[in-house]
Amino acid sequence: MEFEPEIVIFCCQYCTEAADTAGASHLGYPANIKLMELPCSGKISIIYLLKAFEEGADGVCVIGCEEGACHFLRGNLRAKKVVEYTQKILEEIGINKERLKMFNLSSLESQKFVQISKEITEKIRELGPIF
Amino acid sequence: MIIAERKPIKEIEKMIMPYKKVLIVGCNTCVTICMAGGEKEVDILASSLNLLFKSKHKEIEFIKRVVERQCEKEFVEELKEDIASVEAVLSLGCGVGVQKIVEVFPHIPVYPGLNTKSIGAPEEEGVWKEKCVACGDCILDKTGGICPIARCSKKLLNGPCGGSQDGKCEIDKNLDCAWQLIYDRLKLLGKLDQLEEIIPVRDWSKANDGGPREVIREDVRLKNGK
Ligand code: SF4
Ligand code: SF4
Repeated sequence: MEFEPEIVIFCCQYCTEAADTAGASHLGYPANIKLMELPCSGKISIIYLLKAFEEGADGVCVIGCEEGACHFLRGNLRAKKVVEYTQKILEEIGINKERLKMFNLSSLESQKFVQISKEITEKIRELGPIF
Repeated sequence: MIIAERKPIKEIEKMIMPYKKVLIVGCNTCVTICMAGGEKEVDILASSLNLLFKSKHKEIEFIKRVVERQCEKEFVEELKEDIASVEAVLSLGCGVGVQKIVEVFPHIPVYPGLNTKSIGAPEEEGVWKEKCVACGDCILDKTGGICPIARCSKKLLNGPCGGSQDGKCEIDKNLDCAWQLIYDRLKLLGKLDQLEEIIPVRDWSKANDGGPREVIREDVRLKNGK
């Protein structure tokens, strides 16, 4: 049987709209995705990301608004740095940093949301189970 | 404040590998401010180690605690019950914190999770810089309040050296020349004439080369019947 990865997506409230629209427009995205809504991607922290892996995620990503378009000005830039720092920790403990990724989109881009969720699912399927 | 940073996780892994249950202890003071050993870092390290050992099919149980100041016996004593339930302690305090736990609980192995780097200050978000090396005989009064011992690469007492260029140190172009800073500050204060005074050779016996130093206030001592 093909490996079905567990994916957790931390998504800012505006980008979550893209996921909602995708659902409402019957643009299916993979069922293995768990969506966690944050008020802003800048709310993400190292511990949320590590805990997601600890709780069984094979892949984790953070989605925030396009750079320059964060509703809280710099939240998405902060999220990017937190993701990069956490990737370093993953490398230190021997986990492929590709399992964690940051994406940017706008609340209108439901197509792009679907594409990202498929892309990350494919990538993680290729990498196999985390443990 | 004391500035520290986390040791590489692989190094920490080796220290705690032989145990099944380990207490990770952070400190709420300096190392919380420099984001090396506070509550968040204790969580992050425990989580990282959990993932690391999971990938190696090994399990170590972690208890997580943070004490107010790991360098003081009264706060460290609060760990008594937790320590009784584990095989080893991983300290996320500075080197003083580690040693205080050892003094209070001599029978349990205690390991350092941090590298203690310096006495310094937050410079900007995410940057901490060394400012003082606790030389034991402060000369900041003579140097415009900028320490040449901690901040000049050659610890010159009468600088600058010939390598000072455009305000930067010849040892590292990213480093401000401490003696340029001293000059600028004294100029600002209108006290450049202070530089005419030669600072004499120091009495280094007050620094830490002669073993650990001690500060005693007899009026507050309770021990030894004094
Ligand atoms: S002169 Fe000595 S005590 Fe004063 S700041 Fe420099 S190192 Fe510290
Ligand atoms: S350039 Fe300045 S800081 Fe560097 S060694 Fe010389 S005097 Fe010291």
